[in-house]
Amino acid sequence: MLRHYKPNGGFDEMLDKSGATRAHYQKFRGLLEEISPDDFSQRRRSVDLSFLRQGITFNVYGDKKGAEKIFPFDLIPRIIPAGEWAFLERGLTQRITALNLFLHDIYHDQKILKDGVIPPYYVLSGKHFRREFVNFKVPQDIYIHVCGTDLIRGGDGEWMVLEDNGRCPSGVSYLLENRRAMKRSFPRMFESIGIQPVEHYPQELLKMLRHIAPGGVADPAIVLLTPGAHNSAYFEHTYLARQMGIDIVEGRDLMVKDDCVFMRTTKGPRQVHVIYRRIDDDFLDPTVFRRDSVLGVPGIIRAFRQGNVSLANSIGTGIADDKVMYYFVPRIIKYYLGQDPIIPNVPTYLASEESDRKYILENLEQLVVKAANESGGYGMLMGPKATREEVAKFRGLIAADPRNYIAQPMIMLSQHPTEVAGEFEGRHIDLRPYIIYGDKITIVPSGLTRVALRKGSLVVNSSQGGGSKDTWVLYGDE
Amino acid sequence: MLSRVANSLYWMSRYIERAENTARLVETSLQLLLDMRNLDEEHVAKQWLPIVQAAGDEEAFSKLHPKATGAAVTEFLVFQPDNPNSIVQCVNEARENARMVRDQITIELWEELNRLYLFVNSPEARQVWKQSPSDFFSEIKSASMHLTGIAYATLLQNEGWWFTQAGRFLERADKTSRILDVRHQTLPPRGLPGPINQTGVLEWSAILRACSAWDAYKSLNGADVHPVPVTKFLVLNEDFPRSIRFCTTQLNTALRRISGVPDGRFVNDAERHAGRLLAELQFSTVEDIFERGLHDYMDDLQIKFNRIGGALFDAYFFLSFAAQGETDFVQQEEQQQQYAK
Repeated sequence: MLRHYKPNGGFDEMLDKSGATRAHYQKFRGLLEEISPDDFSQRRRSVDLSFLRQGITFNVYGDKKGAEKIFPFDLIPRIIPAGEWAFLERGLTQRITALNLFLHDIYHDQKILKDGVIPPYYVLSGKHFRREFVNFKVPQDIYIHVCGTDLIRGGDGEWMVLEDNGRCPSGVSYLLENRRAMKRSFPRMFESIGIQPVEHYPQELLKMLRHIAPGGVADPAIVLLTPGAHNSAYFEHTYLARQMGIDIVEGRDLMVKDDCVFMRTTKGPRQVHVIYRRIDDDFLDPTVFRRDSVLGVPGIIRAFRQGNVSLANSIGTGIADDKVMYYFVPRIIKYYLGQDPIIPNVPTYLASEESDRKYILENLEQLVVKAANESGGYGMLMGPKATREEVAKFRGLIAADPRNYIAQPMIMLSQHPTEVAGEFEGRHIDLRPYIIYGDKITIVPSGLTRVALRKGSLVVNSSQGGGSKDTWVLYGDE
Repeated sequence: MLSRVANSLYWMSRYIERAENTARLVETSLQLLLDMRNLDEEHVAKQWLPIVQAAGDEEAFSKLHPKATGAAVTEFLVFQPDNPNSIVQCVNEARENARMVRDQITIELWEELNRLYLFVNSPEARQVWKQSPSDFFSEIKSASMHLTGIAYATLLQNEGWWFTQAGRFLERADKTSRILDVRHQTLPPRGLPGPINQTGVLEWSAILRACSAWDAYKSLNGADVHPVPVTKFLVLNEDFPRSIRFCTTQLNTALRRISGVPDGRFVNDAERHAGRLLAELQFSTVEDIFERGLHDYMDDLQIKFNRIGGALFDAYFFLSFAAQGETDFVQQEEQQQQYAK
């Protein structure tokens, strides 16, 4: 079926430069040839229908009718050989280890600032740096318990880290559901190819949550705190809670008494020990952060400070997501671990450094500019694709608030065969693996491969027309 | 169990039951009209308005529709988005509540409810409705019964289950009382009614059909249809699953399973009101009902059902609904990190 597939140039995941199928895609291609196009589109329809029936959807804001959409899913899997995965695993482990040491340091002795490795101004001015938490000891010294790190591959197939998501990364339910859908659609492939399983993710997550429970609690009550049913990731919240067998709660279900957190049940209050929170810091406690928050729990931060409840992820991890801090991650790795980064960063320019700013402003049309604390493809300028007005607007924004902007060269992301209206064409992809940091670091062998469904587009976000694929990590290299 | 979760389970099953009962009510009325083709407009209105009253939404109806024509009433009760109790809105509400407790219900239950939701909101639903209202209502009724069956067959019969039972039987009892009351204008306000004519027989048979009671009624009373045995059957019968007494028994049981308090005692007003109502139904005769007048008696029952619902809310749910601006709520929920971060 992929016989007519022609890459558009750039690095293709399935075909090498000569047009031959890479070793780790050969078995899959062979098996795919045995499926007729009709049969294939039949399976496609049944997968879409099953997603819709199960309500595996995301909410589109401001769209009243038909507010739920299924997240487009492409049936051609992205395949990673074992050796390459081992490399990624090493790189991601190194990165999360360093980031946790960094967070511990800046919330305690701030050695990295005193040693002049990072100019203190950048950390202390960070929007998500929580000075209230300096000198506060978090359970087991873990700050980022769940991290979703976005990886991309450039023109020669070299891996790079695009960004770290150390607050409440989402999307893992799609990874798990995509796998289930593929197993149902192509059971034979799973029998003969040898693909590493992902189904233990919820158990690993639960194990981590138990690990961080306050000391002395033998059988901790663990809950998932959601903003509620109107949140776009609500499906994921219920999904994970169900898989872990824990209660899913909203802020209004919780209350704080004597610095302990309780949930309101039909039988009266019941104490809660660990909260996997999917609410941002800002909304967590109206007595500490945003006063107008109705999603949070008044007093929960005090309970956290007293060690009566544990939170995952911890407070103040957002500083590590700051795109300016990203620039410093290679230095952070070197400083704490004495190693060079295993997976490099994308070359980055800081608008607040004078020479960099000059370069950025002179080359805006060639660069991608990002706001330090925006996400989801918002607050971003794609220089080569932007109109003159957009470029001018960002020129103004950068001049007015240089601390808030970085720039990177435009990376031609690797591409992958993807079904488009019954044909197969190359579309750009990225990869978000999920890293769990508990008593050890666990990375489920897979990740969410997001694909930009619009031709030539480099934006993979679902809000901007992105879809996803199942990601297979093989037991071997072919 | 979280109070909010209990509340959602309760409303999920209540709304499913409401959608089903509304379907019954409208379908039966449509069929009744087929038997009375020769009516003028005024008489048509006379037939339809009580249906709206039975659904308990007269005020909302008159705001939206100047005249009680068949088309207006059916649109209002079946599709109207501005009527929170239209069939489509009931299904939407049931599904929204289910979504909030997605982790507490089974995949089978969720998928079936979601299927019904996708159906009633699709253009196909209108199409089916246009071609054959009766097919449409069959779809709603069988989906609801299917959901009830799935719930029986797959849900843990724990505390949450008893909240779904309470919601289901409270709604059903209330709706049976409203359906039974549809033709009260044809009866004397007090005292036992006399013999009825052919139209009357059709009307009271329609009431039985609306409650799926036709077969069960016939097996006990033969084919003689008269307001007195019909009322006796739908209010006081001990064994018929849609009779008011049966539903109240189930409701009372559910409340006691939730709290663990035995019959004859109470720890909250929901139990007190339900227990008292059950005793009343157990020790009443159909003559007692007609002595008060059917309409007044039904009115009174509905007030009691409302009181039980209110007391249930106060006893178990109230705490998690401390006054919060709903708009702020939705806005902030949405503002939280999105999938595509």
